[in-house]
Amino acid sequence: MITAEEIEKLKSLARTIRIDILKMLNQAGSGHTGGSLSAVEIIVSLYFYKMHHNPQNPKWPDRDRFVLSKGHGAPALYATLARSGYFDLSELNNLRKLGSILQGHPDMKVTPGVEISTGSLGQGLSMANGMALALKLDKRAARVYVLMGDGENQEGQIWEAAMAAAHYRLDNLCGIIDYNGLQIDGPVNEIMKIEPIRDKWLAFGWEVFEIDGHNFAEIISALDQAETVKNKPCLILAHTIKGKGVSFFEGKVEYHGVAPTDEELKKALFELGVV
Amino acid sequence: MKGEKNWKLSGIREAYGETLAELGEVYPDIVVLDADLSGSTKTSLFAKKFPDRFFNMGVAEQNMMGTAAGLAASGKTVFASTFAIFASGRAWEQVRYNIAYNHLNVKIVASHGGITVGEDGGSHQCAEDIAIMRVLPGMRVIVPMDAQEMREVIKTVVKIPGPFYIRSSRVKFPLILDQDYKFELGKGKILREGKDITLIGCGLMVSQCLEAAEILETEGISAQVVNLSTIKPIDEELLIECASNTRGIVTAEEHSIIGGLGSAVAEVVSEKSPTLIRRIGVEDRFGISGSASALLEYLGLKPGKIIEAAHQILDSKKIKNR
Repeated sequence: MITAEEIEKLKSLARTIRIDILKMLNQAGSGHTGGSLSAVEIIVSLYFYKMHHNPQNPKWPDRDRFVLSKGHGAPALYATLARSGYFDLSELNNLRKLGSILQGHPDMKVTPGVEISTGSLGQGLSMANGMALALKLDKRAARVYVLMGDGENQEGQIWEAAMAAAHYRLDNLCGIIDYNGLQIDGPVNEIMKIEPIRDKWLAFGWEVFEIDGHNFAEIISALDQAETVKNKPCLILAHTIKGKGVSFFEGKVEYHGVAPTDEELKKALFELGVV
Repeated sequence: MKGEKNWKLSGIREAYGETLAELGEVYPDIVVLDADLSGSTKTSLFAKKFPDRFFNMGVAEQNMMGTAAGLAASGKTVFASTFAIFASGRAWEQVRYNIAYNHLNVKIVASHGGITVGEDGGSHQCAEDIAIMRVLPGMRVIVPMDAQEMREVIKTVVKIPGPFYIRSSRVKFPLILDQDYKFELGKGKILREGKDITLIGCGLMVSQCLEAAEILETEGISAQVVNLSTIKPIDEELLIECASNTRGIVTAEEHSIIGGLGSAVAEVVSEKSPTLIRRIGVEDRFGISGSASALLEYLGLKPGKIIEAAHQILDSKKIKNR
């Protein structure tokens, strides 16, 4: 169990990382604000609570793996990796710039700590399956976490992979859906209904946990419980708010793929208590 | 190389499956994936011997390629097999972004390449794979000419990290190369010397080129035959040599003439040592049902077409030289 003090620490980290995300997106002048902010508590819980990993040795064979299937949330991952010590914080200023180690979408070739390149939606779960199979073959206890978007559940390949993970009883695999309910063109369930999403994953043979994706106690409890499930993969359906943490971005579909302007950044940082 | 009269037919798929099963003993990191076609691609031979390192992914090629990438990113040497049209076409973007983009150690060995798939028809034939695989940065593309070469190719690529696309075939190919043949990545091989014209083939069409050369010889035309099994990285040096030492080049492939071996040869030759080239292959069209041999005839992939093309080149040169 996690103490109240530890949760406070995570909250403080989440705030720091939100600030990093907003600043780096503003500097890049493009990128995905809404979906980066909605994933912050989930990614922070993984890197600063749950996962066994070593920023000094990113290829440590027994590390837990994280795959950001919703690769457009890269700023949240980059800020977390930097704050974990995988690379210097100053790199965040180079997001999306020519020659940067921080590509528009995660690229394993250039960014320390990025397990595999992602960004073309619907593909991360398959690659996570491959990693989970390899860990089983090598009899390693490490686990694989894969964060998916809600919209990418519209990709057929997600369901090919969901079927395969259950078939091969990948209990070292934990999927998480950042269910912020919005995709570029509008509300997910209006664009192409994914509901009843919980039932779909259950029907595919997964154990499903449904939580508030911004509540650390709930995220951590689900991650801990998922680890105890045997013979099948787990899915955490995390209800989130797109643009979380900045009042005028929250729940706004317009901020899916847009970076904050200078004016918006100023207001956002003020809201987050940066004077 | 054996003389034409001694050609026996030998299964290229079997050569792959048998070699893979042998290599499984030596390389504990080999993992094999298939998409419900292991009996056809012959990965079943590996599966029988090493059931723990074989995963049948069902009829789901996109997921198979992603899974292959995940395994390779974890240090495995992955062989992924299915029919050519599904390996290259159905899962193209997964091959592009999951495997090629990350330069991961996945060997895609695709059976049922070309049109000799035959009776199943246009849906299952594949005359586009060389084009759409060789366009991917870092992807090596190999089309072995016979079972002996397939064995050597598999033994070679298992030792070279990074992605490969290797084409296998439903039909048996004439076994032409000797037991001591060694495959060299990126090197074409002159199988028959000649000074008038060069015939360049890959896969099944190499044997057709050899037959054509034999007939051309009876007409007093000396044809050189090249097995260009590695289409990428291409053997520029040899192509320049062929272009300068003979009066023209005929390419022959069981693939569309758009984007395949002929195009790859033309890209090099036109820039480095321009000469006349005629491409024999599937014209801009889809295949239809029929036996493999009937289709080869119907789509113009027989020695007669190669000979015709050689004549066209030599005749036009004569006119020019007058």
